[in-house]
Amino acid sequence: MKVYIKYDLNAVCKKILQEQLEKLKLKYALLDFNEVEIYGVLSATKLKQLNTALNNYSIQIVESSKSILIQKIKDEIREMVYNEGETTRLKTSLWLGAKFKKPYKYLSSIFTEVTFTTIEKFIILQKIERAKELIIANVLNFSEIGSLLNYSSTAHFSVQFKNTTGLTPTSFQHIIKTKEHHPT
Amino acid sequence: MPSQPINILLADDDENDRMLFKEAFEELKIKTIVFTVNNGTQLMDYLKAKNTILPDILFLDLNMPRKNGLECLKEIRANKKLKNISIAIYSTSASENDIVETFCLGANVYINKPSDFASLKEVLSKTVITAHQFQDTPFNKENFLLRI
Repeated sequence: MKVYIKYDLNAVCKKILQEQLEKLKLKYALLDFNEVEIYGVLSATKLKQLNTALNNYSIQIVESSKSILIQKIKDEIREMVYNEGETTRLKTSLWLGAKFKKPYKYLSSIFTEVTFTTIEKFIILQKIERAKELIIANVLNFSEIGSLLNYSSTAHFSVQFKNTTGLTPTSFQHIIKTKEHHPT
Repeated sequence: MPSQPINILLADDDENDRMLFKEAFEELKIKTIVFTVNNGTQLMDYLKAKNTILPDILFLDLNMPRKNGLECLKEIRANKKLKNISIAIYSTSASENDIVETFCLGANVYINKPSDFASLKEVLSKTVITAHQFQDTPFNKENFLLRI
């Protein structure tokens, strides 16, 4: 038999937050959307415990508005890489600057401050992650994957894959296949 | 997380290596807390202890007395509480078989111990930065493989 359910995501999240905050015996107030005020000093240990507990529910603590901006930049980049649209051919600096209505220099310096990496490197990392998924899906060959991700040639794609992961696409594929037959 | 230091744990029986490792992190710009243990048994005791704050990244030497790196790797990946730690294998072996085997057992990074301090710093920084990206969604940790 099938049962149909409906739920209020906001209420679910609130409940989870309350439970986890209380578990750690924290004094708190749930403020507006996405904000929690914690009274007193929150030690690094407690913060870490809270974050770990919340991660079980795919909830993340984003510390400040800076982190939120970074998350948005990351989401934009991911969308660009996954949508294979025209934007991929636009210059990153122009496109991100326009999107966030802020100078690219500002965005890129905040990004590096928080993530320890650059926007350019992050885009490459994200593209390679997409390539990994495509390799695992095993539908397209390397040259098709390369051109889908806007690499000028299969060689260019393979070199960037190797530079990023230390592995060639072929050995990555080999490891993933071996891993599948290898119960961990 | 940005202003939060990254927790790093190294399991290595060589005192000299442990010292160099700590020094390398002191010289890097990334905020880290580095903790070391001397062998596999100590490592597993530490990870399983109740009040331990789990490391974000564990650097694991393969050749250790009492319990070697591979045994620790298997144990960690089989343990629900420890499963999510990023693991970097820290080894002198560059054999292709060792590399594939450790990746298959769930290692995320395979590092050949560099011979000089400058490359050690570079390698550690690349590992930590890459691992840091994978802490956040939407990266799929299952696909986190890096060889340096």
